[in-house]
Amino acid sequence: MCRALCARPVTGMWAMSEIRNYTLNFGPQHPAAHGVLRLVLELDGEVVERADPHIGLLHRGTEKLAESCTWTQFLPYTDRLDYVSIMTNEHAYCLAVEKLLGIEVPERGQYIRVMFDEIARILSHLMLLGTHAFDIGAMTMILYTFRERECIYDMYEAVAGARMHVAYYRPGGVYRDLPDSMPKYKPSRFKSERQVAELNKSEAREGSLLDFIEDFTNRFPKCCDDYETLLTDNRIWKQRTVGIGVVSPERALALGFTGAMLRATGIAWDLRKKQPYEVYDRLDFDIPVGKNGDCYDRYLCRVAEMRQSNEIIRQCIKWLREHPGGPVITEDCKVAPPKREKMKSGMEELIHHFKLFSEGIHVPEGEVYAAIEHPKGEFGVYAVSDGANKPYRIKLRSAGFPHLAAMDELARGHMIADVVALMGTVDVVFGDVDR
Amino acid sequence: MDALLQPFESFFGPFWPVVWSLVKIIALLVPLLLCVAYMTYFERKVIGAMQLRVGPNRTGPFGLLQPIADALKLLFKEVIIPSGASKGLYILGPILAIAPSLAAWAVIPVNALASPDGGRPIPMAVSDINAGLLYLLAICSIEVYGIIIAGWATNSKYAFLGAMRASAQMVSYEVSIGFALICVLLISGSLNLTDIVISQQPGEHAIFGLNFLSWNWLPLLPMFVVYFISGVAETNRAPFDVVEGESEIVAGHMVEYSGMAFALFFLAEYANMILISAMASLLFLGGWLSPVSFLPDGFYWMALKTAFFLFMYLWIRATFPRFRYDQIMRLGWKVFVPITIAWVIVVAVWMMPPFSGLLTGQGG
Repeated sequence: MCRALCARPVTGMWAMSEIRNYTLNFGPQHPAAHGVLRLVLELDGEVVERADPHIGLLHRGTEKLAESCTWTQFLPYTDRLDYVSIMTNEHAYCLAVEKLLGIEVPERGQYIRVMFDEIARILSHLMLLGTHAFDIGAMTMILYTFRERECIYDMYEAVAGARMHVAYYRPGGVYRDLPDSMPKYKPSRFKSERQVAELNKSEAREGSLLDFIEDFTNRFPKCCDDYETLLTDNRIWKQRTVGIGVVSPERALALGFTGAMLRATGIAWDLRKKQPYEVYDRLDFDIPVGKNGDCYDRYLCRVAEMRQSNEIIRQCIKWLREHPGGPVITEDCKVAPPKREKMKSGMEELIHHFKLFSEGIHVPEGEVYAAIEHPKGEFGVYAVSDGANKPYRIKLRSAGFPHLAAMDELARGHMIADVVALMGTVDVVFGDVDR
Repeated sequence: MDALLQPFESFFGPFWPVVWSLVKIIALLVPLLLCVAYMTYFERKVIGAMQLRVGPNRTGPFGLLQPIADALKLLFKEVIIPSGASKGLYILGPILAIAPSLAAWAVIPVNALASPDGGRPIPMAVSDINAGLLYLLAICSIEVYGIIIAGWATNSKYAFLGAMRASAQMVSYEVSIGFALICVLLISGSLNLTDIVISQQPGEHAIFGLNFLSWNWLPLLPMFVVYFISGVAETNRAPFDVVEGESEIVAGHMVEYSGMAFALFFLAEYANMILISAMASLLFLGGWLSPVSFLPDGFYWMALKTAFFLFMYLWIRATFPRFRYDQIMRLGWKVFVPITIAWVIVVAVWMMPPFSGLLTGQGG
């Protein structure tokens, strides 16, 4: 055992005796490691003296990979970055490409994007809430939140065909308009016609996708109340989160915090308000801020954000219902594929289709940084184009990286159990941190 | 009964007491181990229902064979001994964990039969000793050794942390359990578990047929609550499960165990849960006594009360987040120990004249 212990120089009256810190490898094979985090903890009893995050176990070279795919081909890779809030990654990338191209997204496309951004925010926060509570020991939460996540994945499936890596946003808009029908349960050996009809009705699968989403938004505030009943006023939950990992607003800014991690310290920084993209300036929503910058405030911020997102989704649904039809992706055939029917008859469209799918988009020379308010913070894409059909360089600014980098500062002096609470609240996804 | 046993007694001659004890032990342990097995099923079903799941439902009707399947699987698995482990202690650990949790059952009476001569009822227990409560306290203190030895012998850092937590936690909560039990024995005037139950029978409410109001839980309500919470802590169950702390120290002392060695820890944990629940129903809820006078006493009351406490265990587990290690210590030493000491003093003073006259029908 002695070999495994880490030697540390000691001074003062204890210099004679040999005191060593206990070094603990927290992960990567650990139930609370959230994927593949390896945290080397130096412990004094149960108290953490130093927390050293080791990253890179999920490194896939995404940024380098971008240099060898066309601008369109790279899009699905962004799904794999933060695989918990999928569509928002695509959004930042599309914004960057659109900025370089200097094109506008049709209004309906913008509303659909904003709606799905907020759905992704709820998706990500539900994941966070479930795992955070599960790590702290409230095991029921994760099953409650995953019930709602299931609905959201159904929405993804209906709109894009895939449940997780959707590749729904494209430079210039979104890949297609919202479907008019939802996938339904079918009668089988286990479920009779009547049961299936009832199930389809109770889950609001009878109408369009918008009906399904609206049903969800009606249900969701009640679900939030359920989560809060279990946690917000729970004494144990408060004991475990209040005063844990406190960050002052100044430190939070210095450490490069964004998103709920920053807002929990009391700074109302939100890119949706500060530099509105898409149609956020036309929507009515609030930015919840915390006060103490501890785990509890971050939790409260996120729950409040979910409620705000729900309101944004409602406003989007209202607009989308009032303005049916119209394009959802730019009609510039140099960027987006032409209509299928036109391609069958028109020479021009056929050429466009061929060029677009063999060569890809030609993006004018230049460099651009586009950032969005990702559920975890600011997610930015810095793209450099040399005028070819492939990016010259893509740099991704992930929200989780600076948060994880602050792990040592957050965890120092706390106990092992608090590290677990912090891991939950820091909300890192390793696809995002390691890229 | 005695007439029935007479031929066997003469057959075995001087060995009869040993044989009779063995029979009683088997008659207790087999149902107990079955209860333990089906406790896991009950737990998975109850928590499943609380968590929008169905729980096990594939093995046999309603998944009823699941515990059997689990046991078989664990039996056939290899017990892997890590290369760095201290072999002897590594194997001793689970044995030391399971042995006391089964041995404690020796003094637990599950029912009492009316005596033919109308005297003291004959308890259905392996042994009806006068120091039953002391025996339980002693055995409970041994339980922690299994965990400490397992955690130490594994030679793993997570296991070691688990063992450290276990030694602190289980010892602290034994103190408050001890004081709670002292209150019970003060008002019952006996350390014999059967006598403790019988002493709960009379009381001023019992005269009106509301027997359950004369049980110990009402006069000792704070002790009852403290006892049960301490019992949850003593068995390392949620929200006090820092010893295993799945998301913190993975599984604590059990992290390197596999196969039957691992299963023994689980058996011990569940046997302890049932033990704490059975004790709670004996000491505070009148054991096999009927809550109302128009229903007969019997084993089923005991089973029902124990099941109620076991359900509480699961309910708590599905609801609450886990305490932090130091918060558990704070709760134990700064809240429970002072409360219990104060209450012991209150009860002791109350027992003395001139106050004792206020105790109508209690203890005496």
